[in-house]
Amino acid sequence: MKPAEYYMRDRLHHPPAKSENYKTSVTRSPQYALLSLENSLSEITGPVFSHSDIDPLDNDLLKNYSHSGDPIGERIIVHGRVLDENARPVPNTLVEIWQANAGGRYRHKKDTYLAPIDPNFGGCGRTMTDQDGYYYFRTVKPGAYPWRNWVNNWRPAHIHFSIFGAAFAQRLITQLYFEGDPLITKCPIVQTVPDADAIDQLVAKLDMNASVPLDSIAYRFDIVLRGRRSTLFENRLEGN
Amino acid sequence: MKYLKETPSQTAGPYVHIGLAPRAAGFDIFKQELGWDIAGPNAKGERIRVEGCVYDGTGAPIKDVLIEAWQANADGHYAHPEDGRGVEDGFRGWGRVITDFDTGLWGFDTIKPGATPGRNGTTQAPHINLWIVARGINLGLNTRMYFDDCDNSDDPVLNLIEQAHRRQTLIATRSEGDKGVTYRFDIRIQGQDETVFLDI
Repeated sequence: MKPAEYYMRDRLHHPPAKSENYKTSVTRSPQYALLSLENSLSEITGPVFSHSDIDPLDNDLLKNYSHSGDPIGERIIVHGRVLDENARPVPNTLVEIWQANAGGRYRHKKDTYLAPIDPNFGGCGRTMTDQDGYYYFRTVKPGAYPWRNWVNNWRPAHIHFSIFGAAFAQRLITQLYFEGDPLITKCPIVQTVPDADAIDQLVAKLDMNASVPLDSIAYRFDIVLRGRRSTLFENRLEGN
Repeated sequence: MKYLKETPSQTAGPYVHIGLAPRAAGFDIFKQELGWDIAGPNAKGERIRVEGCVYDGTGAPIKDVLIEAWQANADGHYAHPEDGRGVEDGFRGWGRVITDFDTGLWGFDTIKPGATPGRNGTTQAPHINLWIVARGINLGLNTRMYFDDCDNSDDPVLNLIEQAHRRQTLIATRSEGDKGVTYRFDIRIQGQDETVFLDI
């Protein structure tokens, strides 16, 4: 059996384009309905990456911008698998992350928050999943920080994730939150996601077994990309 | 039936550059940033530049947007195993650009793609697939850019757009000047002349 189309994206499981409480979305959301397409070659293909695109240290945020030592903060491991909706691993796919430092400050010329830049922390990393779809990063736990929305909004600690999958149709950007963070329920960006189970998918779980004693505490974060149908009968995607 | 559910999307936020284009954020960390060279040195076809702005619902340019492009080569082949027809050495067909923080203008250099196979024996007019993320965009927006000097009349996707005048929102305008061939493609997220976005 050959693979066919990707499963329709369940848009009720994602945030709507316009979420009144996340103010910036109000003028950055299309008003007209999206045009729904059946997959063509343009959608079932996507960029292919290899280990030569990245460096081995790129997944170690404790070391990849270290100048005079390790960054300040709680040392953590973030790991998990990239799967599709059929629970099959997504191997050899690029995973990129970015985050604030332990004080909640980004190394970005547009971030002017009071908390200081950490001279030993860049805040970005990337890696490829292995044959089982497994990935891991080492970093520091990011701090919460205030942002302009309502007058007193704070982002829960989070790490941004960018995942490619095997096709342009699977491309996804999301955010990881940390189990037990009381800011999760108060955040208008988290709450753009309409479903409690869907929000729970964004919450990394404390993983004591994967923690390294006397060194780093681990969080587990599995990511699910769109799954794909198999062709049972011959009705070919590309015609003729 | 038991299936997993896709991980829900969250906005890329204002600091997307740190992760995906750190030099733009103001620092150097990776030996190579990804996505700046779409076609590579050996690609056949016409060398072109694509430029534009992304506008919000008030008509203001969005200055913190990130766009990814995915395209076929001049023969209409994608650099992907499921195409399998082959591309020039070094042709990836994928690019990533950010807007200028002051003006909101974005642009990338590439080659003009060829026509690609559509479904059921149809042919898709040459196009570049685009994916747009930014602060305030909760789920990345997909669209396509077509070329105003190509025959787009039989394109199966453009012809799905019920209001024929809205097809124009997906067609870039060619000009030729000192810098070579440039196609202008402005994207309007919301409002009058809103770009047609795709649920792929």
